[in-house]
Amino acid sequence: MKILVCLKQTFDTEAKIVLDENGKIERQGVSLIMNPYDEFAVEEALRLKENQGEGEVTVISVGGQQTQDALRQALAMGADKAVLVDPGDVELDEYSTATILAKVISGMEYDIILGGFRAIDDGSAQVAGRVAEILNIPVVNMITKLEVADGKAVATREIEGGSEVVEVPLPAVLTAQKGLNEPRYPSMKGIMKAKKKPMQKMTLADVGLEEGQIAPKVKAISFSLPEPRKAGKIIPGEPAEAARELARLLREEAKVV
Amino acid sequence: MAKGIWVFAEQREGQIKKVVFELLSEGRKVADQLGEELCAVLLGKDVAGLVDSLGEYGVDKVYITESDGLENYTTDGYTNVVTDLIKEHQPSVFLLGCTITGRDLAAQVAQRLETGLMTDCTGMEVVDGQLVFTRPIYAGKAFVKASCPEARPVMATIRPNTFTAEAKPKTPETVKVTPDIGNIRQVIKDIVRQVSERPELTEADIIVSGGRGMKGPENFKILEELADVLGAAVGASRAAVDAGWAPHSMQVGQTGKTVSPVLYIACGISGAIQHLAGMSSAKCIVAINKDEEANIFKVADYGIVGDLFEVVPILTEELKKLTAQ
Repeated sequence: MKILVCLKQTFDTEAKIVLDENGKIERQGVSLIMNPYDEFAVEEALRLKENQGEGEVTVISVGGQQTQDALRQALAMGADKAVLVDPGDVELDEYSTATILAKVISGMEYDIILGGFRAIDDGSAQVAGRVAEILNIPVVNMITKLEVADGKAVATREIEGGSEVVEVPLPAVLTAQKGLNEPRYPSMKGIMKAKKKPMQKMTLADVGLEEGQIAPKVKAISFSLPEPRKAGKIIPGEPAEAARELARLLREEAKVV
Repeated sequence: MAKGIWVFAEQREGQIKKVVFELLSEGRKVADQLGEELCAVLLGKDVAGLVDSLGEYGVDKVYITESDGLENYTTDGYTNVVTDLIKEHQPSVFLLGCTITGRDLAAQVAQRLETGLMTDCTGMEVVDGQLVFTRPIYAGKAFVKASCPEARPVMATIRPNTFTAEAKPKTPETVKVTPDIGNIRQVIKDIVRQVSERPELTEADIIVSGGRGMKGPENFKILEELADVLGAAVGASRAAVDAGWAPHSMQVGQTGKTVSPVLYIACGISGAIQHLAGMSSAKCIVAINKDEEANIFKVADYGIVGDLFEVVPILTEELKKLTAQ
């Protein structure tokens, strides 16, 4: 079974966001991690391979050279090989990224494609779905359980106010929601092994795309930081007294209840 | 030329989602500014009776597609029908609520139409005849303003509670469409609904949330009692979810849900940066925590330094009295 995982390198969840002198998001000095939702996807891919008793897990990312770190982490967890497409210094949107991923994937063998349902940086939750659409295969988003057998995937996915069980024929794209699994930590042995595993680096030209074909549909105009919230008032007194005063303030001052 | 502001009239079990009314109300203003029609797209089984409720919020025209095959949302079924409608009528804008369904559908439709999609937006304005959207990135630690200058329709999903639903009654023209649902590859085997009288977290006006200070799953009961008095949803911090005290569907924060309620009551939540990212756009924040140094007090409008197990039940009783008046 050939399993592909699309992953993204993101800022650490602890990262403080600041703007650079051009008013864009400052990327210098920020520690980078594998998008946490993609970690669930990598873990699920490894479990699938282990359960099936055979298979190959390939991790794919679009990004700069530093993205190798996130791919190496997946290799250290147990993935077999990695592909990095570095498009160079061009503006990308989700359409661009999906176009690149789908183009790379269309030249590969695959039974199943996994990814996180969204990235914690731009949180757009659309690249995986777009990839499925371009490849003309079905997508199931936000899965919390997955079983694969007889050329089909049966997944439990989150819906508003509950969950549903969906069956799709393979190949298919499935995106991970928290709760799918508990990602393993790379072992020391895994980290050593990962250094020798294949990491294929490609440019746009290697993929067979020109800049014009990945021109973004969405243009960013400006970035800003939220107004810092001001600390409000601490209500003094014994618990009973403070609770009564809080109820009054919510009713009469804030007018929110 | 592409014309028409379209809104996806998401419904579930015969109920239009609240965010749809919010989108219609704001869409009405944009439609008037641009001199275009405001249309709703309604899909489902036996949903024609919902048209009146859409008319309450000023929609000019409703496209209705009814079929047994559209009773439950499937990615393929809804994508096929909505994309065909858009190809035929060429609207300039297509807006959806940023719900689980809205997000799922939007990505497929946008790619099939090869257009741009801005997700989870918290602002929309017309600038020089173009729609410009504001969207939080890094879970609200920053914002980007963006537009889709050329491709049409411009697509966006809007976070619930961003706009205010304002009644503007109108009798809309209805257009019945016979659907070609096409091939649906997602076969739904089972649907499990958690029966809850409480509003959904992302749509709730008031949220009562618990963190590590709750000490155990059994103690969430006191938050539920407060929530019931206020008609609120119950949320949890990542610490509480990771400890197994609450399901992930209740998690508020960077790896959970981002919420914008009118009132957010944080109980026993320290206020880690990931949590603040998910709730700091709430209009009013209340923090109840034993630790006076807790970060949450830096963003709270009202704080009580104290034991939540003492404070919350009294607060519940007080609010019960006040709201009964």
